[in-house]
Amino acid sequence: MLDVEGLAKATGAGGKEKIKIQRQITLPWVEAVRISVRNVTIRLGRTMITASGIVLGIAFLSSVWTSGVIQDGLQQARFEQERELVAATTRDQAKPDGGKTEDSAAVPGEEKQAQNSKRIWLVVMSLLVCGVGITNAMLMSVTERFREIGTMKCLGALDSFIVRLFLIEAIALGVLGSVLGTLLGHLAMLGIFALRERSLSVAAKMDWGQMLTYLLLCILIGTVLSLVSAIAPAVRAARMRPAVALQTEI
Amino acid sequence: MAKIECPECGEQIETTGIVTVCPKCGADLREVMEAVGHERDERMKTIVRDDSVTTHEFIVRTRDLKKIYVMGEIEVPALRDVDLDVRRGEYLSIMGPSGSGKSTLFNMIGGLDKPTAGRCFIEEVDMAQLDAFELAWLRCRKIGYIFQTFNLIPVMTAMENITLPMIFAGMSTDEMMDRGRELLDMVGLGDRLDHKPYELSGGQQQRVAVARALANSPAIVLADEPTGNLDLHTGKEIIDLLKELNQASGVTVISATHDLKMIDVSDRVVHIRDGEIERIEHRADIDLEVGGMGEE
Repeated sequence: MLDVEGLAKATGAGGKEKIKIQRQITLPWVEAVRISVRNVTIRLGRTMITASGIVLGIAFLSSVWTSGVIQDGLQQARFEQERELVAATTRDQAKPDGGKTEDSAAVPGEEKQAQNSKRIWLVVMSLLVCGVGITNAMLMSVTERFREIGTMKCLGALDSFIVRLFLIEAIALGVLGSVLGTLLGHLAMLGIFALRERSLSVAAKMDWGQMLTYLLLCILIGTVLSLVSAIAPAVRAARMRPAVALQTEI
Repeated sequence: MAKIECPECGEQIETTGIVTVCPKCGADLREVMEAVGHERDERMKTIVRDDSVTTHEFIVRTRDLKKIYVMGEIEVPALRDVDLDVRRGEYLSIMGPSGSGKSTLFNMIGGLDKPTAGRCFIEEVDMAQLDAFELAWLRCRKIGYIFQTFNLIPVMTAMENITLPMIFAGMSTDEMMDRGRELLDMVGLGDRLDHKPYELSGGQQQRVAVARALANSPAIVLADEPTGNLDLHTGKEIIDLLKELNQASGVTVISATHDLKMIDVSDRVVHIRDGEIERIEHRADIDLEVGGMGEE
């Protein structure tokens, strides 16, 4: 029964050519995007929980920046009011008093510097919170799907397909979470300041150009963070041997 | 599995080939069933074709296959020097108690795990020599996998699950849809295209899995305890389906199992114990009616 000749043939180099083992395995980008986006939308509940890590982190960052811009705007408005007042007084008294004007300009400058360092500290903190939250969310979303990954590999998926699917998903999740988080943080701060000042004029007083830059930056940071933090678990999952991935129980 | 119409009363009956009388009027259905069966055989022949260019007698061979799992500091041998030859077109069952190494053997043959030592050949190709691309190609085109836990992708519909391996194989969308429909029809789920796995029963999910395994016309269907999570009746249906495929298309079926129902349909039964082949039973020994394997 043991076919010695066949065995010898098989070990030879000729064996490989005969069966024509080929290498063309594809996953078109269109399909990859379709699958990933469906993955995000179909388990919307689960996705929202994963995304909440991003939303909260980015909301924090967005709120810090929004409050900064609003405070700047208010300060600027107050400063201008003061200067007008001073200008009015000097005009009234018709007696220039330069020293006083300089004083009033110097105080907000110092204050601003202290505020700035505090704000940088807050931004760094919120970025840390963001990073940890997003990494955790991504790690979980990959880990809970080891079995699915194993199945896909059995069906002929290359490691790169798995990574591609998860990275597209991470970007989708990142954009979704960041946009939500940015809006949440921004609107919350706007609301708080409007209540504190008892008027909606805060919106008018702030520098919208700067605000918009910050908001876009928030979305960018959230997306990049979620992409970066998904790379490691996705690559790890993709490299698993299918047998191991299939056995994982969560 | 198949829908047939009673010639007497016109009743539509879902049949799996076990009941041969109409439940309504008691008419004999054997003739109708045979006709339906024949038609399906013909269809299966066109659906699953073994397109390998070469015709080696053995489609799978293992030589001194060894697998040792390292758990902490203890080494657990799962397979000890397994030599196994599987013929093209054979229906082979690997039987053994749990922990005997049959799933490990399944993983080695399917290229899902690497052996510690020894070699495993598929169509005379040593799997250890394949790179990641070739291995993926082999898994995609040559081997169809069926699992105990079905392992359908939960967020995809039956149709999408079946077409996934076709996407990897680079099929066009139209082709995919046609073939997907054909396959689902064949396993009797033609009307469940858009159902998600959780909307299907266990037996139906396994049938989707069978259809998925056949997506790219593999030469080998590997089944790891395909009936393990199914009740007696549903399990029998899956076994019959596999046997039908095996007979109609000549696809090689290798099934790890401890389901005794499998013995009836297997050409050979490999009994494995403690990682070693204990004995190999031939169909001829089990069932004298069948005239052996011919080539022995």
